[in-house]
Amino acid sequence: MKAYLTRRYRFSASHRLHSEDMSEEQNEATYGKCNNPYGHGHNYALEVTISGQVDEKTGMICNLIDLDGFVQREIIERFDVQNLNMLSDFTGAVPTTEKLCTVIHDILHRGFKFAHLEKVRIEETMMNSFEYAGGEEPRK
Amino acid sequence: MTLNEPMVYLTRKAEFSASHYYHNPDFTPEENRRIFGKCNNPNGHGHNYVLEVTVKGEVDPRSGFVVDLKQLKEILRREVLEAYDHRFLNKELPEFLHRIPTTENLAIAVWERLVETFEMARLHRVRIYETPDLFVDFYGEP
Repeated sequence: MKAYLTRRYRFSASHRLHSEDMSEEQNEATYGKCNNPYGHGHNYALEVTISGQVDEKTGMICNLIDLDGFVQREIIERFDVQNLNMLSDFTGAVPTTEKLCTVIHDILHRGFKFAHLEKVRIEETMMNSFEYAGGEEPRK
Repeated sequence: MTLNEPMVYLTRKAEFSASHYYHNPDFTPEENRRIFGKCNNPNGHGHNYVLEVTVKGEVDPRSGFVVDLKQLKEILRREVLEAYDHRFLNKELPEFLHRIPTTENLAIAVWERLVETFEMARLHRVRIYETPDLFVDFYGEP
């Protein structure tokens, strides 16, 4: 039977929202406080949802050790306590949480082979969150 | 009147605490330890589970309800909490005598306990949190 498993992780990072395609005034008007040249940070909460058939022998969609290991190695170690603007993932892009969602989805989609990636959801603060399901409508 | 009423989804939460361990008798002791890690401890360990049951249905024009919440709460108490709360899932529940009580299998088992019990609304989703950082959704898909 098909089930969906969601695992929640945390990391902290800083960013500055600033687009090279806009004037100083346009950046200020578009991003407000988030345009502060010194940047600012968030405690991000990341939810990764995978799906698949529940294996009768293990009772699992995939082994959590594999999911946790992959996310720790490929995502947490890459983004935790970093300045997102300095990372190659965001070269030529603004490190909004929308963009971060798609970047993390791409890393999982390319590298995680133990189950189907359903979606990525990121809480930037307790007040806002973002979801990306690779262009599909997220399952509710 | 047979005009379509709006479809609304309603979610009710419940909590239960239970213990379990992961073990497949067809695996060798080494395989059990490698695959299930700490969860293979035969003495078991426990969680405070949070269950979310979502039902869907058209809003009844007379009552304004999708489902009578009193009835839903009573069904969850009778069918799930009475059976699972403060139990050792592997040893006390027939559905887990030959099925490992992982969060995936718990979500499926709760679905199977509930799916036939509703009169007005249809079961849409069973979500079980094993911890605040891990949950499983089951929609009755084969």
